[in-house]
Amino acid sequence: MHLVQQILFIILGGAAVYLFAKKVSSIRRNINLGRDEKINDQSGRRWKNVLLQAFGQKKMFKRPVPALLHFAVYAGFIIINVEILEIFIDGIAGQHRIFAPLIGGLYPILIGCFEILAVLVLVSCAIFLVRRNILKVRRLNMKELNGWPRNDANLILITEIILMSLFLTMNTADLVLQSRHVEHYTNTTSFWITGNFTSMFSGISDSGLVGIERFCWWLHIIGVFAFLNYLPYSKHLHIILAFPNAYYTRLEPQGEMENMPAIQNEVLYMMQPELAPAATAEQPAHQRFGAKDVMDLSWKNLMDAYSCTECGRCTASCPANMTGKKLSPRKIMMDTRDRLEEVGKNIDKNKEFVDDGKSLVHDYITVEELRACTTCQACVEACPVGIEPLSIINELRRYLIMEESNAPQEWNLMSGNIENNMAPWKFSPDDRDAWTHEMA
Amino acid sequence: MAEYAANGEQPEVLFWVGCAGSFDQRAQKITKAFATILDKVGVKFAILGKEEMCNGDPARRSGNEFLFQMMAYNNIQTLNGYGIKKIVTACPHCFNILGNEYPALGGNYEVIHHTTFLQQLINDGRIRLKEGGAFKGKKITYHDSCYLGRGNGIYEAPREVLQALDVELVEMKRCRSNGMCCGAGGAQMFKEEEPGTTRVNFERSAEAIDTGANIIAANCPFCTTMLTDGVKNKEKEDDVKVMDIAELVAASLAE
Repeated sequence: MHLVQQILFIILGGAAVYLFAKKVSSIRRNINLGRDEKINDQSGRRWKNVLLQAFGQKKMFKRPVPALLHFAVYAGFIIINVEILEIFIDGIAGQHRIFAPLIGGLYPILIGCFEILAVLVLVSCAIFLVRRNILKVRRLNMKELNGWPRNDANLILITEIILMSLFLTMNTADLVLQSRHVEHYTNTTSFWITGNFTSMFSGISDSGLVGIERFCWWLHIIGVFAFLNYLPYSKHLHIILAFPNAYYTRLEPQGEMENMPAIQNEVLYMMQPELAPAATAEQPAHQRFGAKDVMDLSWKNLMDAYSCTECGRCTASCPANMTGKKLSPRKIMMDTRDRLEEVGKNIDKNKEFVDDGKSLVHDYITVEELRACTTCQACVEACPVGIEPLSIINELRRYLIMEESNAPQEWNLMSGNIENNMAPWKFSPDDRDAWTHEMA
Repeated sequence: MAEYAANGEQPEVLFWVGCAGSFDQRAQKITKAFATILDKVGVKFAILGKEEMCNGDPARRSGNEFLFQMMAYNNIQTLNGYGIKKIVTACPHCFNILGNEYPALGGNYEVIHHTTFLQQLINDGRIRLKEGGAFKGKKITYHDSCYLGRGNGIYEAPREVLQALDVELVEMKRCRSNGMCCGAGGAQMFKEEEPGTTRVNFERSAEAIDTGANIIAANCPFCTTMLTDGVKNKEKEDDVKVMDIAELVAASLAE
């Protein structure tokens, strides 16, 4: 019987890890479809961001209530993983609570801590469900979440509640079995939480309890494997990508916009033709100005899209969104990921990308959304994991202006004025210092 | 600046006036207020005058990188030609572009926003303020501009200037890094807003008015315009004035 369980476990675990690795490599491939961008400077400041923003969740604490609840779930998730490790080893080795004899008296304390965290996770997830579905917190109930994103969020929360309940039920049954000295159930002392609930199971026979304990154990670990493979399809992938994303987040002042050296050089050669390199037969392939589709964005923009957990702090702080404009920075990230997934599937099917007549701009993100942005950087400031929706917006706007000449009439006038009068308004450049004549 | 150069001299600082400060009637008052302060405390400053051009911010933010690069090229030629080292400007957009975006294009200067400059002059004792000045005890709220605040992390210098004026500083709910935009950035100033339920400047002005302040202090000519319009929309222009920090200081100088 044990051997059957062991074999089953190894097959299941192997399959889960294999499938997960496969999907991860496809996400990696998708992210690498983006433009190359060298980000490897100032590793000290970058590690600091990983520690403060990812591990320490510094930006989350701008809103203390969700921050504390989230911290409980996060700490629970990370620490309870030690228990998963034990379960994993037990499963392969056909053992039961293999850590118990190794660490002796510490073991019940360890499990006690896990249990407290499990309860905290359970309660926090329940509160999160209430916030989403009953209190209907505004940023968690916007129209871009209709359909799959909303179900995704609820599914994650319910799964976590189920996993934690299974863990606690398993421990309760285990304790009762221990007290009855049933073979195979290593004797530990009582656990802090479940130790108080053993009377619930006192009326059940040994074999019934073994059934419950095994059922919970298996369902728990199957749930964990399933969750692992659900992650890459879900917004919940942020639990992994938040860390690299915090590392690679931009360190320049937020107000600084990325330079375009290609255009800088073009202007330089126009002004000082003597500096232009001699024309060679090999003209470099035209690089698109700005971004029309996901492949034109930088790989960091694309990793941003996979790191987004759709919390909507960006959108809640966006002045355009708060005043009823169509722009939502969260939707920019969701659209980028959706389009990237579509492009990825296209490549899987055709070996290479075959033009599908669609693009990120127009088909996913409309001109009206892009035009509403004031570049105020509130979205960048708000993101707890260092995502920059503004960077994508800027790139798409560059494409619209420079490749499609798609600008509102007022912007064309403005550009004309800058070009001809050196100011965005139609004033004579000769009057630029006219104010000095009015100085006393 | 040409005069300084002709005499073989270097000013202490170049005052980059900016397009709004040069041409916009409301912003001209800010320019004059700031220049008056500099004159009064004896800061040797120059302006580029007719040689100054738009720094290219609205072009770049709207997506017109080519036009931005052209403006930047010309301005950097002028600034480097005069050997400019230190620039002060009363516009956070100019401040951001000159300080953060020109270095990659070969323009390296020490760029200071005028609120920081004023704070330094006050700290150094060069600006002497009237005892019991015009704004003493007045309820004033301060609007963080995006490009000074979030863009460059400068939140305290302007507030310290206000405190030096002995005002009663009241904060809006959304302030400092959570500050709300006035609606002008990203070249929005130069186009109609996209359709929505209200305008960004109406929303922000309402928040400022709700603090009960009589003066909304700003640090940006575009914010000043947007907030003034927002206050007018609420028909509060008789009770609430929008003023740049330089104007507040200019009106508080000791004789």
